[in-house]
Amino acid sequence: MMAENGNRPRRSLDELRQTSWRLSRQIMKMTTDAGSGHPSSSLSAIDTLTALYFGGIMRYHPERPQWPDRDRFILSKGHGVPALYAVMAEAGYFDPQRLMTLRELNSPLEGHPNMRALPGLEASTGSLGQGLSIGLGHALAARLDGRDYRVYVMLGDGEADEGQVWEATMAASKFDVDNLTAILDYNQYQQTGPVAEVMPSLPPFADKWRVFGWHVLEIDGHDLQAILEAFEEVRQVRDRPQMIVAHTLKGKGLSPFEDNDVNRMHGETLDEEQLEVALSELDARYGYVAGVK
Amino acid sequence: MDIGKRLGLEYGPPTRNAFGEALLELGRENHDIVVVDGDVGNSTRTQSFGDAFPERFFNVGIAESNLVGTASGLAASGKLALAASFACFLFCNAYDQIRMSVAFPRLNVKLVGSHSGISVGEDGPSQMAIEDIALSTSLPNFTVLVPADAPSTRAATRAMFAHEGPVYLRTGRPKVPIIYPDGVDFQIGKANQLRDGRDVTLIACGLMVAAALEAAHDLSQEGIEARVLDMHTVKPLDEEAIELAARETGCIVTAEEHLVQQGLGGAVAQAVVARYPVPMRFVGVPDVYAESGKPQQLLEKYGLMPADITKAARDALARKEAQHAGSLS
Repeated sequence: MMAENGNRPRRSLDELRQTSWRLSRQIMKMTTDAGSGHPSSSLSAIDTLTALYFGGIMRYHPERPQWPDRDRFILSKGHGVPALYAVMAEAGYFDPQRLMTLRELNSPLEGHPNMRALPGLEASTGSLGQGLSIGLGHALAARLDGRDYRVYVMLGDGEADEGQVWEATMAASKFDVDNLTAILDYNQYQQTGPVAEVMPSLPPFADKWRVFGWHVLEIDGHDLQAILEAFEEVRQVRDRPQMIVAHTLKGKGLSPFEDNDVNRMHGETLDEEQLEVALSELDARYGYVAGVK
Repeated sequence: MDIGKRLGLEYGPPTRNAFGEALLELGRENHDIVVVDGDVGNSTRTQSFGDAFPERFFNVGIAESNLVGTASGLAASGKLALAASFACFLFCNAYDQIRMSVAFPRLNVKLVGSHSGISVGEDGPSQMAIEDIALSTSLPNFTVLVPADAPSTRAATRAMFAHEGPVYLRTGRPKVPIIYPDGVDFQIGKANQLRDGRDVTLIACGLMVAAALEAAHDLSQEGIEARVLDMHTVKPLDEEAIELAARETGCIVTAEEHLVQQGLGGAVAQAVVARYPVPMRFVGVPDVYAESGKPQQLLEKYGLMPADITKAARDALARKEAQHAGSLS
């Protein structure tokens, strides 16, 4: 029986680390099994998502996905959805066995998020640039309805090429929505190359949001303690939206991804051989052995 | 403009004004209604709602993508969200947002586009929506309303909010003839037959409904009796009324203040061909962008006058009679 306030058990740092490791394994396995998808863009986001859902940050009821007071999470970078599916299965939104139906006909786990297919998804995304506006709408609705839920939106770094991101950035500042937190998954690579080459004037990101009046933090997006502290900090901010620029890597420490210096295998899955390598490197990095812990 | 004047039709407020009045009234009744404005509230006529309910009115600036996205989020959290701008900017600037953030997730967002058609006039083609019916009806899950006058626009605004799901309401800039009495009923998806006849059916929406009525009057002087249907809902289309018209009158003319391809005419033709093929003719903006000018001058130059409808009706009727004669010989 879950608490009516939607508070979730707060896992310890060790448990969060183990969760992130386990979900990272699932991301790679499910995308390799599906034969398509964006594992590297999912891996860069997994620590933030793990902290949000299992670090006592977000309030939610998997058995009541439309509970009006739930905190909202919107994955604006919809291609990273294998990470979100893995997290949702872990949270109890659906049976983890369904993860292996990713991208299959009749599976609710579509290639990009479809909120009408899978309860618990807050938006249908996959056309980049749209999630922050949607999050702003939710944040304004909370104010109108006198509810205290928070809205979290994860953006990709390359996604910030889209003009709509900046339209939403300005408007969120105008309306002083302090219940809106954006996370920029700054994994440094977009589809055809480094973000800094595709759109050189885009980084540094923090300055951009700061001049638009946001409260901005920069953190190591793979440091779970730092992520938790950032989410605690933004909760205290009043009268302005917050941006957490999370410095991450696509497939951190995993040679199949790191060996690709064009885009870190954006939109490419690991073949069986690469998967074995990546899984063992992941296990070594975390110091866990699959099936033991 | 003089459309309808020969029939003695009086000119009433622009449909955008009627929408704005109805919105204000509904805003008093229903506190869940919220409006997102793209800094054109005094043009789309959402401003009086904004003045009355500033806490429920969000001007996001000249940013149509965010306009639609913000309305999407408000709707997803249970508000009755309306986003309004000029029809061309709404649909041509934010089409992907309308597709991904409204149509695909079937969210309860109401879109209102003003300044539709070429009767915008002097501001010229950059401000004239002539593609919006095609764009909106192309979207799965969308309902598309094109009311003809002020009373039916007030009723359509009410019907739009009562309907669950994405709706597009098309309004216009100039004063237009009054066809319906105040308090008229508006049933989404049900065409209104305004005149009966057995020789030809004129199917119109928006300003062209008055033009069709005038054309029917003129045809009657020639001994041609035209049925007139106000197809105020272009999607979902009243296919029953269309089939009945095809069976009973044997030929059909459509008229719309929109590109002649892929709007009302295209939709009606698809229904006619599938259900009961009869000769058809199409009145609409030809495959071009218009220009600046007075609304009347533009309607004349681009072929949207009652005389253009009567000519199309005679053509359709001649074709019907030729086919009939052919089948007898």
